[in-house]
Amino acid sequence: MESLLNRYRNITVLLLVIMGQLVLLAVSAKNDLDVRFIRIWTVTAVTPVARIIEGLRGGGTGFLHNYILLHDTNQENQRLRSELDRMKMENVFLKNELNTADRAKALQVFQQHTPSRTVAATIIATGAGSSSKVVFVDRGTVSGVQRGMPVVTPDGIVGKVIAAYPTASQVLLITDPDFAAGVVTQKSQVHGTLKGQGTPQCKVDYVAFEEKVEPGEWVYTSGDDRIFPRGFPVGIVKAVRPAQPFKEILVEPSGLQRGLVEDVLILIEGVHQPIPDAPPGMQPIYVAAPPPGNDSTPAPATPAPLGTEADRLRSQYRALGEEQKHTFGENPPGAKPVDFTRLGNSGAAGQTPAAGRNPDAGKNSPPPPGALPVAPPVAPPKTGTGGPAPAPDKNAPPPAGTPAIHPPDAARRAIQPAGTPPGGQPR
Amino acid sequence: MTYSGERILLSSQREGQVSRFHKWVFLVVPLMAILFQVYVPMFFPFLSFLEMPLLVVVYFAIMRRSQISGLMVGALVGLAQDSLSKNPLGMFGIVKTLVGYFAASVGVRLDVEHGLIRLLLGFFFYLFHQFLYWVMSRALLGQQMTFDWSRTAVLAALNAVVGVALFRMLDKLKERS
Repeated sequence: MESLLNRYRNITVLLLVIMGQLVLLAVSAKNDLDVRFIRIWTVTAVTPVARIIEGLRGGGTGFLHNYILLHDTNQENQRLRSELDRMKMENVFLKNELNTADRAKALQVFQQHTPSRTVAATIIATGAGSSSKVVFVDRGTVSGVQRGMPVVTPDGIVGKVIAAYPTASQVLLITDPDFAAGVVTQKSQVHGTLKGQGTPQCKVDYVAFEEKVEPGEWVYTSGDDRIFPRGFPVGIVKAVRPAQPFKEILVEPSGLQRGLVEDVLILIEGVHQPIPDAPPGMQPIYVAAPPPGNDSTPAPATPAPLGTEADRLRSQYRALGEEQKHTFGENPPGAKPVDFTRLGNSGAAGQTPAAGRNPDAGKNSPPPPGALPVAPPVAPPKTGTGGPAPAPDKNAPPPAGTPAIHPPDAARRAIQPAGTPPGGQPR
Repeated sequence: MTYSGERILLSSQREGQVSRFHKWVFLVVPLMAILFQVYVPMFFPFLSFLEMPLLVVVYFAIMRRSQISGLMVGALVGLAQDSLSKNPLGMFGIVKTLVGYFAASVGVRLDVEHGLIRLLLGFFFYLFHQFLYWVMSRALLGQQMTFDWSRTAVLAALNAVVGVALFRMLDKLKERS
């Protein structure tokens, strides 16, 4: 018997180990009861080392750049670059400001203004396996993170926490095939289920073929899944193909459009928000009033009439009548009536506050009728004959009435809540 | 070329020398391999094809020439890899257990110091690992994954080349007799 055991010792041990792991696999796969202590041991062993390596890498890179490689040249380069940035700020203050606002600043501003309670986290490692779509962040249960919490950036949703450990958490990315979230389209308010595919694009499933969804439409979280609060941007519809019984809709996630981000926010307490009427790139941005005594600013817009909506309409009609030399109630029979079709084009009638002047109005409601349309980035006109235009103060905010500038790729900045002060220093 | 340089098959097990390592090597090297896999692709995504834990398991299995030792190293490394993935525990564990066992079985009969043998072993066991993982994903988890033979073969070749260099480096950690 002993010789028999000795003879088959290796294969016996192999079978025992395989059987043990099969039991482990069956328990965790079938009943969803993970053997948690094994994961905790591994994560606790690996993540501190990863954090140390990341710290050494960051410190080493900074040391190399600032002290070893071109010490003086680097400083000179920074000085020249900042000077160049200041020159640019004179011409396109807002555009430059938005383009140079770094991600951390945007994240901080977003964190301060979002109604949800968040905790900032840094991605410190990716999941094991070459096809892995999971990452580890440096916040765990000690920081209040729990399994199932959503992970977002100002650009959009990034994923959700699938495991929370004391010092780190595992986040399933939006592109993972196991990921799903309830979404709603912006224009047509069509509900569906967003699913990852393992590719950079996700698909929206369970949208009936008769529903109208167009490419370019924004998709937001619907809150139906009880994980992601309603109103967070998800991405842009890239393709819509007819299919039975459901449409085939591909969405490019806005949260990962710049690749894997480094800093994210974990929503500790999510708060539902309304779906914006305008796409993130078209939402108004708060523009501060000009400083007093600045002659270079254009004439301030006529203040909006106070009172009710009826008062405002009455003042518009009266202004239109005056413009066409028509006094209501005092014209003889046969006099030319007022051309009300010009109501929308009338300068007097269209006097309303600039879009986004009121932070609250800009955040949650569409611009009022007649408001200045949100325009794409506009460079200041070159005055070749009229002499140099008076240069605005370098640090002064743009004049009132400046239309909100939205670079085409500034979706994340555009979702900064209205009232956000221009942030970030020029690089 | 000498006779010993050309020979790749051992005529008896006694000819195969069992390599010995310090105990810390068994802890640190797999840990570094796992760290490499979870950390390096963050900055160099093209390196995500490297299966460092697998290469380490193959190395220890063939050098120790002990099937029990090989399967144990494979099981532990595989379970650690499972812990850091979203898979249920045991997927990588079972696959790497089998890899460790078979690598040790093959290592008993081959001259594992030979560069060509190491290259072929790295290539074969990468293919074996990926195929077995694919089979288990379909059979045990019901996942509809596709297996791309040509892509896997290319990745196996790349891993084998890296493996040869890695094995040379790990040879320096052997205890001197």
